[in-house]
Amino acid sequence: MKENRILLAHGGGGTMMHNLIGETILGKLGNPILNALGDSAVIQISNQRIAFTTDSFVVRPLFFNGGDIGKLAVCGTVNDLAMAGARPLFLSLGFIIEEGLEGAVFERVVESIRETAAEARVMVVTGDTKVVEKGKADGLFINTSGIGVIRPGVAISAGRVKAGDVVLINGNMGDHGIAVISKREGLAFETQIASDCAPLNHLVSKILDECEDIHFFRDPTRGGVAATLNEVAEQGKVKIELFEKDLPVSPRTQAACDMLGFDPLYVPNEGKMLVICEEADAERVLGVMRGDPLGISAAIIGRVTEEGEGVVLLHTKVGGKRIVDMPYGEQLPRIC
Amino acid sequence: MSATEQYIAEITALARKLAPGPVRLMEVCGTHTVSIARGGIRDILPESVAMLSGPGCPVCVTPDSVIDAAISLASQPGVIIATFGDMVKVPGTEKSLERARAEGADVRMIYSPMDGLEIARQNPAKKIVFIAAGFETTQPGNALTIERAKAEGAKNYFVIPAGKLIPPAMRALLDDKESRLDGFLCPGHVSVIIGANAYRPIARDYGKPCVVAGFEPDEIIEGIAMLVRMLAEKKSGVEIQYKKIVNAEGNAKAREILDRVYYAGDSEWRGLGMIPKSGFLLKPEYADYDAFAHFGIALHPSRARKGCRCGEVLQGKIAPFECPLFGKGCTPEHPIGPCMVSSEGACGAYYRYNRKRV
Amino acid sequence: MCLAVPAKVIEIAGNRGVVSVQGNNVKADFSMLDDVTLGDFVLIHAGFAIKKYDPDDAREILKIWDELKEKP
Repeated sequence: MKENRILLAHGGGGTMMHNLIGETILGKLGNPILNALGDSAVIQISNQRIAFTTDSFVVRPLFFNGGDIGKLAVCGTVNDLAMAGARPLFLSLGFIIEEGLEGAVFERVVESIRETAAEARVMVVTGDTKVVEKGKADGLFINTSGIGVIRPGVAISAGRVKAGDVVLINGNMGDHGIAVISKREGLAFETQIASDCAPLNHLVSKILDECEDIHFFRDPTRGGVAATLNEVAEQGKVKIELFEKDLPVSPRTQAACDMLGFDPLYVPNEGKMLVICEEADAERVLGVMRGDPLGISAAIIGRVTEEGEGVVLLHTKVGGKRIVDMPYGEQLPRIC
Repeated sequence: MSATEQYIAEITALARKLAPGPVRLMEVCGTHTVSIARGGIRDILPESVAMLSGPGCPVCVTPDSVIDAAISLASQPGVIIATFGDMVKVPGTEKSLERARAEGADVRMIYSPMDGLEIARQNPAKKIVFIAAGFETTQPGNALTIERAKAEGAKNYFVIPAGKLIPPAMRALLDDKESRLDGFLCPGHVSVIIGANAYRPIARDYGKPCVVAGFEPDEIIEGIAMLVRMLAEKKSGVEIQYKKIVNAEGNAKAREILDRVYYAGDSEWRGLGMIPKSGFLLKPEYADYDAFAHFGIALHPSRARKGCRCGEVLQGKIAPFECPLFGKGCTPEHPIGPCMVSSEGACGAYYRYNRKRV
Repeated sequence: MCLAVPAKVIEIAGNRGVVSVQGNNVKADFSMLDDVTLGDFVLIHAGFAIKKYDPDDAREILKIWDELKEKP
């Protein structure tokens, strides 16, 4: 590790985090399953393919427009499983609670977990609770893990992405990050932008019902769509070309981004998924997404054009081109 | 043809007549730097027009001695550093504010200088130091905040006066014959404060065209077309593309506010050196709010980093990719010089958006 | 850093108030401008209004915002 201390940037979903994972974590713990660095690990048990994932939630503040840390915890893990083409079934739930947290706040969070788990049709089956001294956990941290069964016939992997494929997203970028940041001191502004936090497993099911041959799913959380597409491009060794005019962003979120100097491509989402499929399947997949409440603003945002070097490019509105890089360091801290 | 395509056609035709080129135009505004790079504008401009990015990034031109001063303050107990965005990543001699924060310093990002004063109100036992960087757009707000601090009798609010003026930098660039600049794209929002008239003496003294342009790619392209047109007609002077927002006089009230709090003093620009009367310094009546004075800090002379050619980049003498450190050893994650730190710096913008010719 | 955006004045008392940037409401200081009233459009930068739009340009901005609102 080049730095001798961990910086906030190491948790940002960008290059520094990837380097930390690659060098220190994979360096010491690497194995074929872990090295794939999927949203979920894909494990073979008997003749079942199981998806297994874990996530930690450190969002600040705990409550924001459209959600809270509890809802986020369930959706984050459910979505990681869904992105592997799995049907999410069971979650574990670990709490690290800061001494002094109001009981009512904790209850609200647990209620939120209950509601969201019911919506996603998953069950919390095991958990753990720890309390640490005041000042050591910023209210509440949550860790979840989840397992699900991968649908037979489905093979989601960056390796399957190839030239000619189409890239789609199920709706507007950036709402979650802006909703959370609007509640932070120092940046506080009043907005009706709500987090898009939602469980995507039902939408994923519908898409797979229509088209089992999806090449790739991933949810663009930290680092936004830019980070996720760069991961795919790098892992799949493909060039992805996006079209600025086709990127869906709500006017309100764009205005907030303009005000704060953020690029919606880099702002985290918690209810969005990127889909990469064959050109021949794209229209049908788009149709399925648009027919679902979580996909009303779904759009085709780009294409995979070449195999070889992993790079993401954007065609700008004035006819120029620019790179869409992996984010460097910390864009928006503690967003999820 | 769209309006943009028409402007490009016009620029191409006129630039041909201005051979031997290329026509060398410079912008001096970080937001223009980003917009040009993000919009891929250099892809659609003809090769006969070179659109250079100058010292328009306030974070980039802040000397490392100022960063070092902020870091040494940050490391003192009971001090909170308040700053805008990118400043946290700027490397000082040893480290950045971001690293200092990881080591325990209280460094907070704020959106408005008023937020800094609010932090001071809420933390009476601590001392808040605001890094007041930025150009003429930002300084009136900083000045108002300082006035308010004084009116409230705040005893724990201080500023590092790091603000700078754009026109003196433009003069310094033009004084250097090696820069060979043919015209300037002038900053849209700085001009809201200082007015387009602020550039007239420069245009007249050096015989160059200046156009105040907005920030959308199509506005920038129109601004470039206006510059090339003026060059083809051998006109010097100032024109305004950004008519909705900018006029000749600017905001006199904002300038009065600046005058109450600041005077223009000699200031060091990272990469360019000392430029006379180019820094917003606190008038004696506000000396109590000067962090350097209060904490007894003297700025050390700047040390250039080995191999770093930011100075030449900022002056438009070399392109980012012509610096041997560009992308090798000097990247946004490990910036060696100021130009790479922020996406508003010439190298930072080029690296982030245009470094691969794909 | 020159980030300034058009905003509508939705609250004003003396030199302070609130502006709306397409539905995002932020606190604003109007000390740099004269005669700001409710419903005016201003250019806002780091919490300060630095310019007032003239009525025709303000109408145009409102029109653009309304058209954008039609999008989902």
